[in-house]
Amino acid sequence: MALLEVRDLTVSFDTPDGVVHAVNGINFDLDPGETLGLVGESGSGKTQTALALIGLLAENGRASGSVKFRGQELLGMSISELSRVRGSKISMIFQDPISSLNPYMTIGDQLVEVLTYHRNLRRRAARERAIEMLNQVHLSDPKQRMRQYPHELSGGMCQRVMIAMGLLCQPDLLIADEPTTALDVTVQSQINTLMAELSEQSSTAILLITHDLGVVAGLCHRVLVMYAGQEMEMAEVKELFADPRHPYTEGLLNSVPRLDKARSGILNAIPGNPPNLLDIPSGCPFSNRCRYAFEKCRELPEFEQLDGGRLKRCHLDALPVTEEEAG
Amino acid sequence: MSARRPVLEVRDLSVHFRVDTGGVFRHNYHTIKAVDRVSFDVNAAETLGIVGESGCGKSTLARAILGLVRPQDGRVAWLGENLLDLDEERMRGKRREIQMIFQDPSGSLDPRMTVGDIVAEPLKTFFPSMSRLQIRERVQGMLKLVGLLPEQINRYPHEFSGGQCQRIGIARALVVNPRLVVCDEPVSALDVSIQAQIVNLLKDLQKKLQLSLIFIAHDLSVVRHVSDRVLVMYLGQVVEVADRDSIYLNPRHPYTRALIESVPIPDPVKERERARRSLKGDMPSPMNPPSGCVFRTRCPYAIDACADQRPGLETLDSGRLVACIRHRELADGLEAPDPEFA
Repeated sequence: MALLEVRDLTVSFDTPDGVVHAVNGINFDLDPGETLGLVGESGSGKTQTALALIGLLAENGRASGSVKFRGQELLGMSISELSRVRGSKISMIFQDPISSLNPYMTIGDQLVEVLTYHRNLRRRAARERAIEMLNQVHLSDPKQRMRQYPHELSGGMCQRVMIAMGLLCQPDLLIADEPTTALDVTVQSQINTLMAELSEQSSTAILLITHDLGVVAGLCHRVLVMYAGQEMEMAEVKELFADPRHPYTEGLLNSVPRLDKARSGILNAIPGNPPNLLDIPSGCPFSNRCRYAFEKCRELPEFEQLDGGRLKRCHLDALPVTEEEAG
Repeated sequence: MSARRPVLEVRDLSVHFRVDTGGVFRHNYHTIKAVDRVSFDVNAAETLGIVGESGCGKSTLARAILGLVRPQDGRVAWLGENLLDLDEERMRGKRREIQMIFQDPSGSLDPRMTVGDIVAEPLKTFFPSMSRLQIRERVQGMLKLVGLLPEQINRYPHEFSGGQCQRIGIARALVVNPRLVVCDEPVSALDVSIQAQIVNLLKDLQKKLQLSLIFIAHDLSVVRHVSDRVLVMYLGQVVEVADRDSIYLNPRHPYTRALIESVPIPDPVKERERARRSLKGDMPSPMNPPSGCVFRTRCPYAIDACADQRPGLETLDSGRLVACIRHRELADGLEAPDPEFA
């Protein structure tokens, strides 16, 4: 049985301008120890998917569908039940490490609190475990860090603390929402190395949300590409990069300049603008930006199964060979 | 590039900030050397990329060039004339020739002005004699040039997406026919698909209008794509300057090398096989920089001598500049001595 089973997850928000459909019927499974990447641009619904899983949607948000964690339904769970799962079996780290920590509490108190709450440890035992965890995420001088406040630490150090906090109770699932986006490249590379290490050493499954295809390439086993709250494509990481089957995936891969390839004159930008969730085109949501769009795209394609367990939502049987590839 | 005289010459430019670090009975002041004796040139119709991580002083450098912060020391010569000697009145005239594009596309547009007014404002400032009709025509032409519709002239910034707002920012910068445009992280707030549109637009306009660009960014792949030459900064100082291909194929400074190795490659096979020498730690506090070479506390190749004095920018063959006392050994294939980096 999969660790996490998400079925037909829908998230919408009531706003003064109308109902915003952020996530429109997402399905995926996550196995123990697996790292799944949720990829997409702003407005693709990747963060709202994650927040819905653990009941952290904003007040005007509603989630429907089913999210089963170890067979237990999370949607509709009471807050008191949820808070026993959150932080112990499922934990989450956020994009902005500094503002995700409590500025009024020392690092030590914040870590100890997790263990005394979820594991009923005594303070001394909790402190020892916390220091051990800080060591494991390679934070220098853990004992001294325990006495410090978040503002005394750099962004990279705070993110290590967040990761340590997320892993304190050895969760089955770690949700990481753009964990390195706010960090400098050299620090980003440290944190990614750490995440890869942790994923190898433990059986913790990771749901990694990011827009950075380089990070996906380094860390994920499988990838789900989202656009305007819909699943566009799902595949094993190597297959997705070597042979994208959806025009949006192809567009994303082609639009980034790459250090490992010769420079090209112009970048293959995806035309148009990111989707406006109040006004998503009917049919395929990507059709108004798609270079291959045709008549049939006015109907929403199924998220259909392809060979090798891949899935895609597109009417095209195969992507045409582009000039660059043929050239 | 060309043997002609550079349009912009920056020499030994330093910008210091005095910060109050508290104290009970009297204030304690610290000096932050945000930009510390930086020198470089920009040639006509050339793009100079400036890269570095947050806090390295790249934005302060941009602001100092435009006269938006007062440098402590140094020279910013525009076509041979030192801008730092000019009074406010004459500096304003020069600002027509040097324009800026900002990072936050919608935050840098006044939400209560229409797009037409936003783009027209610099024209009214610099060309007070232009008639309303001339201004309108010029603004509409500009909107078209940056890929917006001339009919959108009466709309407000909130009606546009981030990428479109950046196009408006570009139109505003270019409407007065500048010769140099300083772009401070112009695409980092945008989604990747939109980033590519804006990068293409900037490159295209540069060619059409023969602009010089200073392109400041932290994304090394984007900088490689747009720049002719690249300057790398660390903690307020220039550590390396070279033409684009040499800096990416053959970085000579250990920091440049580490930066390039840190960029994740969107290819799962290559990315997982890459040998990486991750840098340890974080950038030191600019309030209390290390003695000697500022990079030595994180440098895998640092030796005792690196603490003694600040390495000068040495000119190598083909005009590239490097500030490292061990760059020759590095070029000869020196391995990292510290096992932590292996």
